[in-house]
Amino acid sequence: MDGIHDMGGMDGFGKVEPEPNEPPFHEPWEGRVMALERAMGYAGAWHIDHSRFARERLPPQVYLTSSYYQRWALAMETNVVERGLATAEELKSGRALAPGKTLPRKFTPALVRERLTRGSYFRQQQAPPRFEVGDRVHTRNIHPTTHTRLPRYARGKFGIVELCHGCHMFPDAVAINRGDDPQWLYTVVFEGRELWGPDADPTLKVSIDAFEPYLEPA
Amino acid sequence: MSEHDHDHHHDHDHSELSETQLRVRALETVLTKKGYVDPAALDEIVEAYETRIGPRNGAAVVAKAWCDPAFKRALLADASKAVATLGHVSRVGDHLVAVENTPKMHNMVVCTLCSCYPWEMLGLPPTWYKSAPYRSRAVKDPRGVLEDFGLSLAKDTKIRVWDSTAETRFIVLPMRPSGTENWSQERLAELVTRDSMIGTGLPRQPGAAI
Repeated sequence: MDGIHDMGGMDGFGKVEPEPNEPPFHEPWEGRVMALERAMGYAGAWHIDHSRFARERLPPQVYLTSSYYQRWALAMETNVVERGLATAEELKSGRALAPGKTLPRKFTPALVRERLTRGSYFRQQQAPPRFEVGDRVHTRNIHPTTHTRLPRYARGKFGIVELCHGCHMFPDAVAINRGDDPQWLYTVVFEGRELWGPDADPTLKVSIDAFEPYLEPA
Repeated sequence: MSEHDHDHHHDHDHSELSETQLRVRALETVLTKKGYVDPAALDEIVEAYETRIGPRNGAAVVAKAWCDPAFKRALLADASKAVATLGHVSRVGDHLVAVENTPKMHNMVVCTLCSCYPWEMLGLPPTWYKSAPYRSRAVKDPRGVLEDFGLSLAKDTKIRVWDSTAETRFIVLPMRPSGTENWSQERLAELVTRDSMIGTGLPRQPGAAI
């Protein structure tokens, strides 16, 4: 979706302000939100792309005025309610009024040490790759109203395939419950001037990781 | 009262708590009562990211690459596989890519769409990495962003920005500082900063205060 989250190339946000000796969490609740998200993901309640899509759907004014973990918490509430794991009333009152659904797994303290590693996003290939390293490609000019990982600044641009990462689950499908829909994934590199016009930094190249459906031969 | 004392938190004086704290507590309480999460597992997850999973993991990998040319070649060829051979570093998953800085090429990593970051190597991303100023400008004006970090690159140094738009994760292999020829791997690792592995900084120079 053409949402506020898709920030690449926007002006006006000001300087980057690094914080010296920043702690992992500024407040204990931030750690709880991060851990809840990890635990619900492990449990199979939803996929990471559902989390991202729920954050993207926050109204722009809410997105911009909420802190990072506030956005996570708001999006988690959305997923909990949309997936029927609890009701809005329960979340509001802080009381469970009915038993939970059965989820595939549950993160236990013993498992945390073993399983904090990210899962694999590789999937079995469905067809041979359409592109090879070195191929010139054109990114599609698409504007789905649902989740996509093709940023606006890199749509309708010419680039070169630089790496092929194998077949991965396809976020655009996963986020709207259409299964893994495995697709080839490539690193595609663009000249700065292709993205930002003749005044762009001539020494700049930018790459994205692009799923095959984002690309056409050029 | 403990942060996780769920059964009794309704006795607490809510006036001291922000709306966000209350909402997060309600969320955790409901998800716990429903049987989806175990608060003790949440404690373990938080502890892991506060104590074990941080930039020291990535620094150990960088220092080894500086000392061991065969490991460096393996890292640049397939970082997931190379890192998996190091028992003392946390498991990294399947999709890590290492990119090398040279005098002619400076690499920088961003996630313009959200906050993708190599957690296993660098821990949780700092706030600035997840912020609108960094996400918006890194792909368009990386030299300007580097100036915000007090870093000025030579005009003819090429810049490559890696936007982490999928589940691949990128770590920058910075250049080894000169004057460190006979240093041990452990001592070298102390020079490797988090920002030098994102590409918004350089390693510490030998003799610089830590």
